[in-house]
Formats: sequence, structure tokens, C-alpha cells
Amino acid sequence: MAAVTPPLLVTRNLSRFFGGLKAVDRVDFALPEGQVRAIIGPNGAGKTTFVSLVCGRILPSSGSILFDGREISHEPAHRRVRAGIAYTFQITSIFPNLTVFDNVALAAQRHLLDQKRVRPTEKTLQDACTKALDQVGLAQRASHRAGNLAYGHQRLVEIAMGLALRPRLLILDEPTQGLSDEEIEAFIRLVREIRREATILLIEHNMDVVMALAECITVMDQGRILAEGPPAAIRADAAVQQAYLGG
Amino acid sequence: MAFGPYLLLATLEGLVTAAVLALMALGLSLVFGVMRVVNVAHGEFYMLGAVLAWWVASFFGGHPALGFLAALVLSPIMVATIAFLAERLVLRRLNYEPEATIVATIGLLYIIQQLALTFYGPDARPVQAPFDMRIALPWFGYSGYKLAVIAASILLILVAWILLTRTRLGLIMRATQYDRETAQTFAIPIDRVHAGVFALGAGLAALAAVLIVPIQQAHYLMGHDPLLLSFIVVIIGGLGSLRGTVVAALLIGLSDGIISMFFSPTLAKMLATLLVALVLVFRPQGLFGVAAR
Amino acid sequence: MMAGAKSFWLHVAVVLVLFALNFLLPEYHRGVFSRAMVLAVFAMGYNLAFGYTGLLSLGHAMFFAAGLYGAGLPIYHLEWSAWPALGTALLAGAALALAVGFLALRTAGVAFMIVTLMFAQVFYLATLYFGAYTRGEEGLVLPQAARALPLLGWNLVLTDPPTRYMIALTLLASVLAITFLLVRSPYGRSLIAIRENEERMRMLGYNVFANKLGAVVVSGVICATAGAAYGLLFGYIGSGFASIQYSILPLLWVLLGGAATTLGPIIGTLFMFYAVDLASSYTSAYMLVVGLALILLILFFPKGIVGTIRERWLPWLP
Repeated sequence: MAAVTPPLLVTRNLSRFFGGLKAVDRVDFALPEGQVRAIIGPNGAGKTTFVSLVCGRILPSSGSILFDGREISHEPAHRRVRAGIAYTFQITSIFPNLTVFDNVALAAQRHLLDQKRVRPTEKTLQDACTKALDQVGLAQRASHRAGNLAYGHQRLVEIAMGLALRPRLLILDEPTQGLSDEEIEAFIRLVREIRREATILLIEHNMDVVMALAECITVMDQGRILAEGPPAAIRADAAVQQAYLGG
Repeated sequence: MAFGPYLLLATLEGLVTAAVLALMALGLSLVFGVMRVVNVAHGEFYMLGAVLAWWVASFFGGHPALGFLAALVLSPIMVATIAFLAERLVLRRLNYEPEATIVATIGLLYIIQQLALTFYGPDARPVQAPFDMRIALPWFGYSGYKLAVIAASILLILVAWILLTRTRLGLIMRATQYDRETAQTFAIPIDRVHAGVFALGAGLAALAAVLIVPIQQAHYLMGHDPLLLSFIVVIIGGLGSLRGTVVAALLIGLSDGIISMFFSPTLAKMLATLLVALVLVFRPQGLFGVAAR
Repeated sequence: MMAGAKSFWLHVAVVLVLFALNFLLPEYHRGVFSRAMVLAVFAMGYNLAFGYTGLLSLGHAMFFAAGLYGAGLPIYHLEWSAWPALGTALLAGAALALAVGFLALRTAGVAFMIVTLMFAQVFYLATLYFGAYTRGEEGLVLPQAARALPLLGWNLVLTDPPTRYMIALTLLASVLAITFLLVRSPYGRSLIAIRENEERMRMLGYNVFANKLGAVVVSGVICATAGAAYGLLFGYIGSGFASIQYSILPLLWVLLGGAATTLGPIIGTLFMFYAVDLASSYTSAYMLVVGLALILLILFFPKGIVGTIRERWLPWLP
């Protein structure tokens, strides 16, 4: 069944070295369209480096990345974003001095400008922003200064920016870090909604979130893929227990 | 005259330029390296050093050496004190934020220049050399004082090198340069280090100026060209590197002396500035520097 | 929408007040205002790069001078009339800004400041080196006959003070309208965002380099226009306008008026003109005033006049 359509994202032999450190070491990875995939692993396993290679924040030492069948490993980050890869930062990175609306509008106008059919008008921009803000539940706060929001809400602004790009692949880098239990509940509901529109690649430490959302889990350790499979199998895997789950 | 004497003369003049330039650029480089502050007023500290040297020297009568030696001691101290005050009153309050400090040092530049114009006037005035001796070289006699300047500069740079690499003070400065936060956790008084380094940098510029006033006269606009040249030296040598600074000063000093014998000085300056701008664009770590962390 | 309408009418009111002043001001002050308005256009161009995009250039004198010489040299040496000379001025400004931007934008922060400073210094030295054409610091006085703009059957004589005032005001109003529209457009929003968080913009799919380059070119062309207008209106072109001082002055005016505000550059320029004017009746220490103003502003008033007003009272000011 998965063989009919080629995977949305494929990496082959992907490596990135920092001096002598092999942060990502010959990783072969495939992500089918429409899946929610979690990447887990201990600190320093190379998860953030791996997704940074995918979205173009850093360039690979060797290997290739294919997005929708097209080689992208030498494209600059902004082109990859416009091809449909959105990245939300591990450390919240928003525009604190702008309003929440303007934050999301920057993402929405990028998407609207790229559609090339019509010039983005105040109306289309407004609609796109309202939609993204509604999804994360921040519509009421559109006119607030983003830097004045509570931390959990800033994380939601970050995600709303990702949504407003209307990506095909949404990369969430430790999205629940620092959130309260209720906020995590709401986040899980949000991702279940987003997955109808986009493929999701999730880096996450909170195993409850991973088990609730992921259809497939990739375990990384020391720059390599240690194991991959459905949640139940991963939970049972002895090697994973050893490396990560505290065996 | 044959080519040989020309070349020797140009080399000697170039060495004098390089000697003074190295001292001045060292000050600029220290301030940038340790404090991450681009001091646009550095040229004015140099000018102030020269003007104060004239003032001190004319205050002391008697043998010229007396006035010169007094200036050699007093002028750098006075300039360092002024720099110290400027650091305390202005730069520290700006938290050493790079863009704000550049704007502030530009302001400082204007203020010092205007004060020099108002109180010292628009005239160029010489300071008498401490001794007047000509040393016979194969083709011509050469000023003994100029050779002494070269020697003094070498000596001072050696002292600076020992200070930076062999003493506790140097260790503290290097620690601050490499990692401000860690330095702080080792109870290094960053605040005082900064004030001291800024004063030291200005003092070095003033020292260079005192050495040069018996050759060039003191004038309120004399800081402009040396500022540009020391920027060039620091950039080519790699920001914050002592060895790079000295090598680059030699290179620039010598080529300045030799090039200006063949080209118009304006063209030489133009090409040199353009070249340095391109170095900064394509090789920001300098020609001799190692790539930054 | 409300805020948009409010700020639109505020800008219209500012232009109308300046228009009325042409008939109210005594001769001397009309002259000061004419000069200040042309230089305010220079400041507005600078503000686009420095204020809105966060590119602190220390070399904008070269763009001003590119316009000045781009218009002045063909008039003086080739006996061109004003309109085509204005065209070469804009071309010169655009080409220079494109080249300088392309190189300098590979650097950031302090390196960007020094690189722009050095390119401007090269330009300044070039005006001295080609003294045979420019007469360096001494400069050139443009011939009376060339200082006229034929327009729709009229012949605007640029030596006539009221006409000069009106042309300066027309230029100021057009550039004000352009910046007003620009900073509220999606492009303007993305420039401000680049200033705030460059890495995030890249990860929102923006080509940060191209956007910055665009800002430098628009800024350079506006500054070149100001330079050309200055040459044509006041009839003198010289190396002094390419010197470092003319790179520092727009920075000072913009800081004083308020960086990243549309009206700040106008207010800052006028304010500084009169501060220097006032100071010079007590002392000849012009540089002292500039130096102190720079330090006091950056220490105690970094948002400038309009910036502070916006922060405290009128958050809708663009």
C-alpha cells in the first residue's frame, strides 16, 4: 500500500560531522506522506541536527535528501520552506516586538505570495491568519505583542506560524517542552487536527505525547538510527530500552 | 640616484611608519579583542597624545630631551585617564552593545576634535626631538631619532607581548576575550578589565603619537589617516591577534612607504582601502588569522 | 483600519503645514527649510536601511554623492539639462547600491559598518583622485542656465527661493508617500521582521539576502535622489558631500527623530538644523554639538523623538 506513492521525505547516507564528532552518521530514513512520525533518543543523539539538515538550517557533510522525489540537499533553507517544509524551533523563535497577528501574517503572506494567482489582499491575509490562530486557539490575542504572551502561548504562536505556511511536512522540535499538563493535552488534540493536512515529524522527549500521537517511531542514538517501528514494537525493543528508556 | 638608495630609504621610512602603526593598531586590536568595541575615536586619542605632548614639552624648558621624556610619560597617562572616564561614563552604560558603542565613539571623535580645535587651534606645531644625530649609511645619512623610534616600538611590543602571555594580567585579559561568562564565574572583575583595557588601548595610541611628533607635527586633524591605517592593519592581521597585528603593520607600513614612491598617495590609499574592504567581505578572519570559533 | 486612516491624515497634515510655511516663513528660514527638507529625504532613505531593516551603514554619503555627481557632472561637463541629469543620478545611485549591497551584505553587524565605511571612503578618495573633473574639495558651481526644470510648459527656475521650496517639498512629500506605503506593505513587514529575527525569517521561506539587497537599493536610490536635488537646487557639488561626515549626519538625524518611524527623519533633520543654527550664535563649536548630541541620544534617548512618542502615546504611528 505504501509502495504505490513514493515517500514524501527520504534521506540516503546522510551525514554531518562537526570536527571529529559524528552528529549524524550515514542515516537512511523514509517518511511516507500523511504519517505522524516521532524521533526519540537521548540528548546528543543527533535528532535536532538531523531535522536541521532536512530543513536546511545546516548543510550536510555528505549524503542526499529527497523531498517529494526531488534532491534538495544543496538548496538554501528558504527554498525548502517554500517547497513545503516548515520547521518550528526548539527554542521559541518568534518576533517578540511584533503583534501575534503580524507574526503569523509573515508566514501567511509568504504562502500567499507564492501562490502567484492573486496579490495578497488585506482580506485574504486576514482570513489566513485568523484560520491559523483559530486552530491553535489564539485568535483572541491577535493584537497582543507576542513577547508579552505567556511561554505556552509563545510556543503556540510558533506553531501557528508553521501552520500558516500551509506546509506539506511540519517539523516540530520538542514542542511540548516547558508546557503544563493541560497545555500538553491541548497540543495533542491540535496535532491530531493538523495531521489531516500535513505530514508531521516530531522530536519529543515526553513519551506520553509520543505514544499518543506517533504512528511510527524512529529511535536515534549517537548519530545513527537504532530502531524503527510502530510504538508497541519500539516499547518492547530491548536495545531501545538499553539506550534510552532507562534500561 | 640609483635604485638601491631609493629602496633603502623607502624601507627605512616604511619601518618607521610600521613601528608607529603597530603600536597604535595594537591598542585598537586589544580594545576590540577584549571588549568587542570598535573604537572609532582611537585616531583622536592618537591626536590628543600628540597635542598634549606638544603642550607638555613646551611647558618644560631646558634641553629638548627633558620636555620629550616628560611628554613620553605624561601624555599617555593623561590620554588613558580621559579614555578611562569615557569608558566609565559612556561605554559601560551602553552595555558594550556593538552598534551603540560605535555611535558613541563617533560622538567622542567629534567632541575631542572640536576641543582640540578650540583650545589648541588649527596650526601644526612640532615637538623637538630629544637628540639630534645623523647616522651614516652607505649612501646617505639618516636620522638617528627615526631609528630610535623603530627600536622603541620593538621594545614596547615585546613588553606588551610578555604582558599578555606571561603575566596574570594578560591571562585575565585573554580569559575575558575568549569567554566573558566563564571569566566572570572565575571571579574576574570584567568591569575593571574593560575600563583598564580601554585606557591601555588609548594610552598605546598616545604613546605612538608622542614618538611621531618630532617627525610629524601635532595637528588637530592628524588622527584621521592613522585611524584608517590601523583599521586596515587590525582587519588584515585578524581582529584581536597580536602576532597578526604586528605582521600586518609591517606589511602595510613597508608597502605604504614603497607604493607611495611610485603611485599617487590618493590612488594608493584608494586601492588599499578597497582591498581591505574586500578582505573583510571574503576573509573576515583576516589574512593571517585562524577561522573564528 | 482606524489606525491606518489616522496615520494617513497625519501625514497629509504634515505636508500641508510644510506647504503653508512657504508663504509664512521669512526669507532666511524658508532657505533653511528648503535645505533641511532635501536632507530629510536623504535621512528618510537612510532610515529605510538603518531603521526599518536594521542595517547600520556608515557609508551612505556615497549614495548621496553618487546622485550629486551623477547629476552634476553631466550638467557641468556635457551641458546636459536637468531632467536627463536626474536620470543618470538615479542610475548611478541604483548601480552603486546594488554593487555595494551585494558585497557588504555578505557581512553583518560590526563588519557591515566597517565595510560600508570603507567603500564610502574609496568613493570619497575617488572624487579627490579624479580632481581634473570634480575639482575635489573645492568643487564645482553649476551654471545658472542649467538649473531649470521644464515641466508641462512651465519652466521652473531653481534659483528662485519659493520655487526651490516647493520642489524640495514635492520631493519630500513623494518620498514620504513611498515610505509610508512601503513600510505598511507585505515587503515592509518582512524588512522589519528581518531586523527583529533574521534566522526565523529564513525559516519562514524568505530569501533574507535578496530582501536586504532590495532595501539597500531602494535606500540608495532615495539618497541619490536627495543628492541630485541638492546639487540642482543649491548649485554646488564638492567632495565634502562624500566625506565620512555626510555618512554620520543621516545617522544622527534618524536617531534624533526616531529610527523606523516615517516622520522621524523629517523632525530629526529640522531639529538638528535649528540646534546647530542656535548653537552657532553662541559658539563656533559645531562638532561639539554633533558629538554631544550623538552620545546623549544613544545613552538616554535611543528611540528618538517620534519613537518615544509612539512608545508612550501613539502606538499607531508607522
